[in-house]
Amino acid sequence: MQESIKNRKTEWEESVLNKVLQKFPERKETFTTGSDKPVERLYLPQEESKGDYLEKLGFPGEYPYTRGVQPTMYRGRLWTMRQYAGFGTAEESNERYKYLLDQGQTGLSIAFDLPTQIGYDSDDPVSMGEVGKVGVAIDSLKDMEILFSGIPLDKVSTSMTINAPAAILLAMYIAVAEKQGVTRDRIRGTIQNDILKEYIARGTYIFPPAPSMRLINNTFEFCSKEVPKWNTISISGYHIREAGSTAVQEIAFTIADGIEYVRNAMSTGLDVDQFAGRLSFFFNAHNDLFEEAAKYRAARRIWARIMKEKFSARKEKSMMMRFHTQTAGSTLTAQQPDNNVIRVTIQTLAAVLGGTQSLHTNSKDEALALPTEDSVRVALRTQQIVAHESGAANTVDPLAGSYFVEQMTDEIEKEALEYIEKIEKMGGMVRAIEAGYVQKEIQDSAYRYQKAVEKGERIVVGVNKFTVEEEEPRGLLKVDPALRDVQIKKIEEIKDSRDGSKVEAALAALKRGAADESVNLMPLILDAVHAYATLGEITGVLREEFGEYRESIVL
Amino acid sequence: MERKTRIEIAKPGLDGHDRGAKYIARALKDAGYEVIYTGIRQTPESIVATAIQEDVDFVGLSLLSGAHNELFPRVVELLKTEGAEDIIVFGGGVIPEEDIEPLTKKGIQAIFRPGTPISAVIDFIESKKKTTAA
Amino acid sequence: MEIVKGIVAGNIRSIARAVSIVENNMEGKEELLDELHTHTGNAVVWGITGPPGAGKSTLADRLIQKERSEGKKVAVIAVDPSSPFTGGSLLGDRLRMQTHATDPGVFIRSMASRGHLGGISTAAFDAVKIFDAAGYDTIMVETIGVGQTEVEIIELSDIVMLVLVPGMGDEIQAMKAGVMEIGDIFVVNKSDREGAERLKAEVEYVLMISEKPKESPQKKICMTSARDNTGIDELHRILQTKHTEDLKSGFLEEKRKHRLNKELSNLFYLKTREFLEEQLSIGAQMDTWIEGIYKKEIKPYKFISEKMKELKKEYVKG
Ligand SMILES: Nc1nc2c(ncn2[C@@H]2O[C@H](COP(=O)(O)OP(=O)(O)O)[C@@H](O)[C@H]2O)c(=O)[nH]1
Ligand SMILES: [Mg+2]
Repeated sequence: MQESIKNRKTEWEESVLNKVLQKFPERKETFTTGSDKPVERLYLPQEESKGDYLEKLGFPGEYPYTRGVQPTMYRGRLWTMRQYAGFGTAEESNERYKYLLDQGQTGLSIAFDLPTQIGYDSDDPVSMGEVGKVGVAIDSLKDMEILFSGIPLDKVSTSMTINAPAAILLAMYIAVAEKQGVTRDRIRGTIQNDILKEYIARGTYIFPPAPSMRLINNTFEFCSKEVPKWNTISISGYHIREAGSTAVQEIAFTIADGIEYVRNAMSTGLDVDQFAGRLSFFFNAHNDLFEEAAKYRAARRIWARIMKEKFSARKEKSMMMRFHTQTAGSTLTAQQPDNNVIRVTIQTLAAVLGGTQSLHTNSKDEALALPTEDSVRVALRTQQIVAHESGAANTVDPLAGSYFVEQMTDEIEKEALEYIEKIEKMGGMVRAIEAGYVQKEIQDSAYRYQKAVEKGERIVVGVNKFTVEEEEPRGLLKVDPALRDVQIKKIEEIKDSRDGSKVEAALAALKRGAADESVNLMPLILDAVHAYATLGEITGVLREEFGEYRESIVL
Repeated sequence: MERKTRIEIAKPGLDGHDRGAKYIARALKDAGYEVIYTGIRQTPESIVATAIQEDVDFVGLSLLSGAHNELFPRVVELLKTEGAEDIIVFGGGVIPEEDIEPLTKKGIQAIFRPGTPISAVIDFIESKKKTTAA
Repeated sequence: MEIVKGIVAGNIRSIARAVSIVENNMEGKEELLDELHTHTGNAVVWGITGPPGAGKSTLADRLIQKERSEGKKVAVIAVDPSSPFTGGSLLGDRLRMQTHATDPGVFIRSMASRGHLGGISTAAFDAVKIFDAAGYDTIMVETIGVGQTEVEIIELSDIVMLVLVPGMGDEIQAMKAGVMEIGDIFVVNKSDREGAERLKAEVEYVLMISEKPKESPQKKICMTSARDNTGIDELHRILQTKHTEDLKSGFLEEKRKHRLNKELSNLFYLKTREFLEEQLSIGAQMDTWIEGIYKKEIKPYKFISEKMKELKKEYVKG
């Protein structure tokens, strides 16, 4: 800080501030961000901030991308408004997608039910109670055909929240597109394909790390040649944050995951610039507006530097962190659900001020059940209002230069780098997960936060303060429990009508391929999918060959 | 010596959102109970087998996928089949108001929804626990 | 006793209840254990000890699988510490063995040490007897510990496995002296990690330079990866061979008698102490005595002698 400012600050503290504090003490002893980072009373210009502006912030669309990945940001094109949806049968979800596209949504985002995410068919005993619950049930290519019927796959971009069986669902998507006459080089979209955060926070893993990483590499390699417009992974901090991490932990662990994927792909001989441009990220947007905006800015800067310095990327695209954002489901309250609309608005603003490429806004009733059509519309409208009425989209990186936000960006960067370094020292992310380290760090943060809420140190409006007696809304959208029977019947029909010998041959070939590490499994999976082998059958073959992962949390 | 109260915290179903379950487990430990945590993706069968082997007084179920109407009552049923209906079952998670009554009728003795303070869970346990002294 | 019938018949609920009875020191405990006594002596008891995170529970999980494949019934007692402040505990060992939860031939019981220092709870000793009487062929007892603190598990087990992992070389050096006594089998787990070979060599060296008590059996070293399920067959073979050898050489009998000796002495002390407390109303008078000693009004040894004389007068005849 400049000497003159420093002196003036001392003067101000003595002559003005202290008097006021004596008469009117502040509301709290200490102020902290939503992630428990200390917040000072006042931020002033930092001494160094001027000197290294070019190095730390630079220009939008230029390294290190702190101010954004495009030169014009939302003045050029608004972010993609992408609402995550899917429930029940493929037929029902198909209807919802068409509705959303009609309402002005610009991309599809598919939610799958848990059996699909863990590679079980709807008729598997473990699927009891889960079919169609948190997303759409997909058992075979047949369901996928229904899911996208009447939706031209050359016109939309589709994001699929699928991880352990991502390769299989991608294969199904390619197959449907080709049946529509859309060649694979023209389809656009994303598979989440991020297994590390499943081990860390989300829990829908199937195989152990080594074969899982191989499957991911297989999709990287396959897509770089055949599906060039496809984003092969969405490295996700969203669920890490939902599990209770801090903002720093969210980006630190996500970037550490990213490092692991890059290293892994390079170890199989892929050139970094061959795949890194198709890596994308996925973050959470919480309520602490400034901390969140700073978080995205810090994340971009860290990633750019790591890609350049650690992995010697040469292409600009390889260094750009492009990310999708979703507002924080964990901040929604079942109490006074209308308040959630306001929370989502603040979170939307945080994501936009942080320079997101696409956004999903949660619906106010998501803490209770599946969102109704009305509440989904309000959620989408929230984005549209921020886009067209708030003015936040009119200039690039509007918060830059705020003493507070810049300092917060620097601090988050520094703390995240400390975590990343620590994980590298442990031998990388897979090791850190196996040791339960990352899970434990998140668990501790979650516990601290919850304790603070319980003690009333942290206020959650409508939950531990400003509560009212209220009638619960009824008539929320529910999935029909008989849905499982519908899916089971479909599976039976498929199994009766398909050519059984073709299925057997395809599965046998897949099994042989799985046993040989040098084989890319994508073409073999495509064959099986085309033969109408079910998701459970395909995964089953891989389970036999790869084994299953076991939870490695430390309590 | 007072009999220590033992509680199994279990996650039936396929969802991996264990934030709530882990919080409850840890908070109950801090409240002085013995808590047995079994991890995610437990079947009703394994939850019940665990409850019996561990001779717990309570089973707390946490579920966020919406499969509670199927899976919670199944746990109660199986406990009954095993002659262990004295073990008290409670649940938590994203559970709509209208599901609570039917679940209670099926023997789930309490449902704690997001935002419930841990003290409410502890009060419940204290009011129901066995008080066999040595 | 009704419960005894249940236990001997292998009823899960009865066994579980009985473990709670010993754990909580509830009424009927002594009678229960006496009734069970004739039914015990058939099970083999394996202790698994080592530092937290070494892979003890995962190893137990693998060994359960091995034993089950031979048709044996297995019980696992997993002991974790209680919080010294709240008395609560979060027991997570069974998380690693949960795939066996529904196998009727496997019984897993988590136990909190309940403030008992040294890791293992006294109740674990009694629980072993219950599982033994209930017909479990193999009983594994998992407990945290490394170094000389962990003596009790030796007393409770027929064979003790000390689980070590790469990255703790210094600790091995530090426990040189005690290492001989702790384990019968040294399991170098996480052999999938670098440094495992080196650790094995270190353990071998320490064993070589340690003084070997006469006639005690040879210690074994085994490398495993519980995660990848490698080395488990060998470990299992070593366990079985050792058992057969110890049986033949009489070492096992000696060990078990030594265990009884300890147990009986402990019981004697415990009971005598209880008796003394009652007879001399120690609890009620302690404060007064302390006050007297503190103020130099009472000489401690003289005081004790007088008290003992009083006692003897009353109880020692002739
Ligand atoms: N890499 C590796 N990890 C292991 C091995 N055995 C156990 N683990 C992991 O180490 C962690 C602790 O294991 P656990 O059995 O709970 O250890 P305990 O505390 O000694 O009972 C878990 O995450 C296990 O998955 C092994 O052989 N190799
Ligand atoms: Mg353990």
